[in-house]
Amino acid sequence: MKLSIPEEEIIGLGNFGCQGCGAVLAMRYALKALGRNTIITLPACCWSVIDGPFPHSLVNVSLFHTAFETAAPAASGIRAGLEVKGKKANVVAWAGDGATYDIGFGAISGVAERNEDIIYVCYDNEAYMNTGNQRSSATPFKAVTTTTPINSPKENHKKDIVSIMADHQIPYLATASIAYPEDLIEKFKKAKDIKGMRFMLIFCPCPTGWKYSPSLTIKLARLAVQTRIFPLLEVEFGKKWALTKDILRPKPVEEYLKLQGRFKHLKEEDIKEIQHLVDENWERLLEKIKR
Amino acid sequence: MRKVLMGNHALSYGVKLSRAEVIAAYPITPQTEVVELLSEMCASGELKAKFIKVESEHSAMAALIGASFTGARTFTATSSQGLALMHEMLHWAAGARTPIVMGNINRAFGPPWSIWTDQNDSLSQRDTGWMQVYAQNNQEVLDSVIQAYKVAETVELPAMIVLAAFVLSHTSEPVEIPDQEKVDEFLPPYKRKYKIDPEEPHAFGGLTTPDNYFEFRYKIQKAMEKALNEWEKVGEEFGEIFGRRYGLVETYKAEDAKNLIVSSGTIASTARRAVDILREKGEKVGLIRVRVFRPFPGEKISEILSSANKAVVIDRNISFGASGIFYQEIKAAIYNKIKKPKIFGVITGLGGRDVTSKDIVEIYKEVMKMEEPSSEIIWQGVNL
Repeated sequence: MKLSIPEEEIIGLGNFGCQGCGAVLAMRYALKALGRNTIITLPACCWSVIDGPFPHSLVNVSLFHTAFETAAPAASGIRAGLEVKGKKANVVAWAGDGATYDIGFGAISGVAERNEDIIYVCYDNEAYMNTGNQRSSATPFKAVTTTTPINSPKENHKKDIVSIMADHQIPYLATASIAYPEDLIEKFKKAKDIKGMRFMLIFCPCPTGWKYSPSLTIKLARLAVQTRIFPLLEVEFGKKWALTKDILRPKPVEEYLKLQGRFKHLKEEDIKEIQHLVDENWERLLEKIKR
Repeated sequence: MRKVLMGNHALSYGVKLSRAEVIAAYPITPQTEVVELLSEMCASGELKAKFIKVESEHSAMAALIGASFTGARTFTATSSQGLALMHEMLHWAAGARTPIVMGNINRAFGPPWSIWTDQNDSLSQRDTGWMQVYAQNNQEVLDSVIQAYKVAETVELPAMIVLAAFVLSHTSEPVEIPDQEKVDEFLPPYKRKYKIDPEEPHAFGGLTTPDNYFEFRYKIQKAMEKALNEWEKVGEEFGEIFGRRYGLVETYKAEDAKNLIVSSGTIASTARRAVDILREKGEKVGLIRVRVFRPFPGEKISEILSSANKAVVIDRNISFGASGIFYQEIKAAIYNKIKKPKIFGVITGLGGRDVTSKDIVEIYKEVMKMEEPSSEIIWQGVNL
């Protein structure tokens, strides 16, 4: 039988993730593509717990824990060190959305502007999940978190990190989803062979934060793509935009929203508004692709 | 070779001679010349190092921690607000046991804005696990960089070379630049024991339960204690090769002194002249210059102070709500000793206010009039 994804498992068995954690799968697939010659910097995020307590480690590649806002610069320092030592490896910064969209953003922008030779990965679960689900700037409009409670859900839109990072004109940027592992692995394989700053955004549903049954993780990740909420795309040098999965007949956003406790409070007009936003964003995206 | 160098460039030459391999830095006044000269040295190939021109001091330190973990020798320089921005990563550097060497040009904190010198920036980092050396002239700045790498790499802790803004950073003095060959002999390449190596994967710095964390901290303290001896040893060895000896503290006319002035950095340098003036007037006074502040040479200072009647500690810093920081530390060090002097804490020269030898003579005379310290802080030169 021919397998569509690499058979070798680089991450170990047993981890400290929650049941149905999307972020565990993201690392598992990414490492299948990157291979063992990889060094990861990890800021404060769910993965700093998932990896297991000292002296254990789940990943079987070098893992360097660093402060919340420093995954990108620490990775660039490791790259510089490897260069002077004459060593080659994939240097990966692996961070959640809080570290990426918010506290670490200035440093990521700096690393991107200098086009440092690292792969920056954000596994996006749309809130500060490691501290118990507080809103981040990746949290979607109207979602409930512990800091955007039911009587005051998030008032702002999710930050468009893809466009912002693309505007840094880095050699490669891609979005991926754990529901589409072949696509994810393909993109990481492509990123691996590119020199310079690469930015990968992986959509990772979170059962505890989003309040859904752990059995629905993949279904929700797939629905996010099928509803056009999370488009799968690639951008080269900020100019060449391409969808890697076109969604010709999108499912209504309601199908995605209704499965999650964080959107349970939504009224019909809220859903309409979200649908409108998603349609608008898709149009904006098509404009960029046509260019 | 002798060259006329400003303190900032003395730092750069120290880094070049130490063969730093990765430098990451962000510009801040009055540190800028350090970075500029190093950029030139890297661009011309005179110094074979990777220079990461980061977007903040916080990132500079993060990058160096990563680079140091691969086994590279690393350097950065900063001042004041920049050092404060790094604060989180200073803890990280020490916790990760990375022997990063940094130059800090002592500059006062804002607000109000000030680019001039005092020691509150570096002393605010007292408890981060960084070693701190306070230089008194540009020669010592250069020499201390080389020694700092040797000590830091032996005890696996980062080190900060501290120099006064403008008083040293922008003041040119003749500086002897040691031969590269001799420096290479004195300072062999850095070999990191536990490192990031793609061929041998390890996880560093992961979540550590109360069953293990405590021991990590214990080991940092033990490394600091070991460093006390290392600074003496390395300072002696440096003296043998280069003819300039260094230690944890330096004394001047202290052997027969009844009263002692204690200070650090350039104030201590100025105090030497004050001692001479006072000696001419028959005062039996001497000087202790505290060169290494972390690890703190409390035993050594207590021993020198044991035969004195009075000691006046001159601080160019303040711990608000308490007193001068060197004063606190020295007072704490002698508390349990049987033979100890009365100790007076003077604060002066904040925000770069000039402190002359005449000022120090006056401070001394004031203190000699007092039986006991009038308060925890004796202010000198406040104009209200």
